[in-house]
Amino acid sequence: MPVNSTHYLFLSLLLFSIGIMGVLIRRNAVIIFMCIELMLNAVNLLMVAYSRMFGDADAQIFVFFIMVVAAAEVAVGLAIIVMMYRKVHSVDINILNRLKH
Amino acid sequence: MNYNIHDILFWGLSAMAVGCALGVILSRNPVNSVMFLILTFFAISGHYLLMNAQFLAVVNIIVYAGAIMVLFLFVIMMMNLNADVEPQKGQLVQLAGVISGGVLFLVILAAIKSASPIDVDKSASQIGLIDNLGKVLFTKFVLPFEISSVLFLSAMIGAIVIGKKEDTHVINK
Repeated sequence: MPVNSTHYLFLSLLLFSIGIMGVLIRRNAVIIFMCIELMLNAVNLLMVAYSRMFGDADAQIFVFFIMVVAAAEVAVGLAIIVMMYRKVHSVDINILNRLKH
Repeated sequence: MNYNIHDILFWGLSAMAVGCALGVILSRNPVNSVMFLILTFFAISGHYLLMNAQFLAVVNIIVYAGAIMVLFLFVIMMMNLNADVEPQKGQLVQLAGVISGGVLFLVILAAIKSASPIDVDKSASQIGLIDNLGKVLFTKFVLPFEISSVLFLSAMIGAIVIGKKEDTHVINK
């Protein structure tokens, strides 16, 4: 069966769903953050596939910008996680529900 | 059954990507999760190469596998996280999470399964090469490119401000 756009759609959807599952089943803040990166990469893969199929370079530039924003997001997010670890000596996200008290 | 090298590589890289993504969410040790995520990024870079998006393949390796995952590894090793201190959710919550993710997968699958497939153009396209992407980036997208540099600067300052110790002046007094 020759590879077509639907295969890339399914692969990217599968990776995205695995990322969602990871966010839902893990309690470690760092792992949840990594699952968000996985979801971003699933979207990137789909955008590159469609860029190839429609012969348009704009989508690849968008992927480039997604990587830029992801790098900035990781820097700030990891700083927040480090700060949280310094305060409560844990990266368990269940501790964060103390924010509501 | 006319498999060619392109299809074989596609299936191999897909299996590697999905298997390593499962490894990310299933392994107890956070360091193993990082290693699996790096392997996933390599598989995705392989997909980019397969689609002749050479610039993005290299940038994906350098930025994601090189820079971002090293940052994750530093943080994990600095906090000394390992499988023993790893917090676990209850079985019921994990089951609910897997079911929710699976239902999302099925719903989107049902929505897109009737999408008409577009065949992959096997001829070498010049779109993903760096000279073409550079022309597009510095003509059509030059303003977002400059704004992203401001974003990086603000992210850097933000990370420093958030990460610095607040109580140093208290200790000094």
